[in-house]
Amino acid sequence: MKELVVISGKGGTGKTSLAASLAVLAGNAVVADCDVDAADLHLVLAPSLRERHDFLSGNEAVIRAQDCTGCGTCAELCRFDAIGKEIRADGAPVFRVDPIACEGCGVCVRFCPERAIDFPKSLCGEWMISDTRCGPMVHARLKAAAENSGKLVSLVRREARRIAEEEGRPQIVVDGPPGIGCPVIASLSGASLVLVVTEPTVSGEHDLERVLALARHFDMPAAVCVNKWDLNPAMAERIEGRAAAAGAKISGRVRYDPGVTAAQLQELTVVETAAPCVDDIRQIWDHLQL
Amino acid sequence: MILAIASGKGGTGKTTLAVNLARACGFPLQLLDCDVEEPNAHLFLPGGTATEETVTIRVPEVDESLCDGCGECSRFCAYHAIVSTGAKALVFPEMCHGCGGCIKVCPRRAIREVPRRIGTVEKRQAGNVSLVTGRLDVGSVLAPALIRAVKARRDLSRAAVIDAPPGTSCPVITAVRGADYVLLVTEPTPFGLHDLRLAVDTVREIALPFAVVLNRAGSGDDRVQRYCTDAGVPILLEIPDDRRIAEAYSRGRLLVEELPEYRERFAALARQLLLSESSGGG
Repeated sequence: MKELVVISGKGGTGKTSLAASLAVLAGNAVVADCDVDAADLHLVLAPSLRERHDFLSGNEAVIRAQDCTGCGTCAELCRFDAIGKEIRADGAPVFRVDPIACEGCGVCVRFCPERAIDFPKSLCGEWMISDTRCGPMVHARLKAAAENSGKLVSLVRREARRIAEEEGRPQIVVDGPPGIGCPVIASLSGASLVLVVTEPTVSGEHDLERVLALARHFDMPAAVCVNKWDLNPAMAERIEGRAAAAGAKISGRVRYDPGVTAAQLQELTVVETAAPCVDDIRQIWDHLQL
Repeated sequence: MILAIASGKGGTGKTTLAVNLARACGFPLQLLDCDVEEPNAHLFLPGGTATEETVTIRVPEVDESLCDGCGECSRFCAYHAIVSTGAKALVFPEMCHGCGGCIKVCPRRAIREVPRRIGTVEKRQAGNVSLVTGRLDVGSVLAPALIRAVKARRDLSRAAVIDAPPGTSCPVITAVRGADYVLLVTEPTPFGLHDLRLAVDTVREIALPFAVVLNRAGSGDDRVQRYCTDAGVPILLEIPDDRRIAEAYSRGRLLVEELPEYRERFAALARQLLLSESSGGG
């Protein structure tokens, strides 16, 4: 089974549009949307829901105000500035955990002299398995302002792999998150190939170097494609040269094409329309030889 | 006054807005680039000599002569960053959040803390803009800790603009908390609208006042405008879908310098948002 992870470093380079098109060209793949912060694949793949699950991950400290003596040990020990002082109705000082700043380490829970802090599991989002016209899709939604996006990404990929094995599907196409942080690392570790979508801009160039360094750091084979290459042909060429020097394969270029947005407005993937850049995307798919 | 610029979807024009607002306003201000995974503001604001500081967090180091492998640290650690195999505790520093819990629970006092590098903060003066850039080391997962380090360099004597990372999770929250106002940048497409809704949920979660900036206006349809009207969210600026803007951006040029007809729109927005309250404090 081959797992292709589409990432970009910089956001908005066309990662999701390309991943959706590649999923359609693959024909018999499992699709995984690992951009769990801002998942968009479902907007063009029209999933019909098979199953939905809560994503419980980590814990969250909650101080029982009635048992808090206001000693402040928790606030002193917290390294994440997550505990603030409040005044109770009877005038006594009590402490309260800010659930957004809390990283769930449990230090305050352990060292509260009154044992006045609970540590329930926290609901960080949900994940779903759906059917789409190009195969089953695993997708997720991180709760607004929640933690543990990396763990949710790992869960989505694990489920996609399980389905691919059970249903005998040879490929997994993963739409990854932007950046180079925790959810990106969770998206690419152990995949067959990372396809980096970039654009011919100074930001695209800068961010590509960092994301290729990340792929090297985890010893992942990488391929690069420059989207909207004709916006700045000289820059596109320079980026490809640098990517090749960094050990990445060059998978092709996609022209600047308003048809990409037009496809999105029709809730279709680009390759399901007659947009001129469809040829470019097909060439990339053929070149990947997944 | 602190203005944070954020978005659910990446690549909608956060950095474009941040650098052009900062330059067009004309008065001295600080720009904090908190998109530490992929910081880009510096590419548009050249000049000045940079000073760089290393940012570290404290991670555990086990004194093997004292460790008896009891496993208390490993049972306590919420991040699986210290594991006792039965003989000695082993640290996985890249997983560590630096909470300090293992040091406190170790009955033999066999653990001390040592600094571990997670990235850098660079400061540079570019005209009227004092730029502070956070840059996460490749392979590090601790973006929030580095964002906190960038924000700790805030100069309270002047207004600040924060360029936040995309998304809705912990790095975004860490970047925008403490801001007086948030601008959410989006584009008039289905992806743009969907991710704007998520971003709106997120800023509402942390109860900050916000408005929308619509980039590439005219490239899609009017769904973002309709949503904003229905939800009562003001759109403070529309940047048209103009290929000249995309080309200037591709070369690392400032829109307000390359295409001066746009300058006044950015300057007016900067005055409206950054001078509306006394600067400083925050």
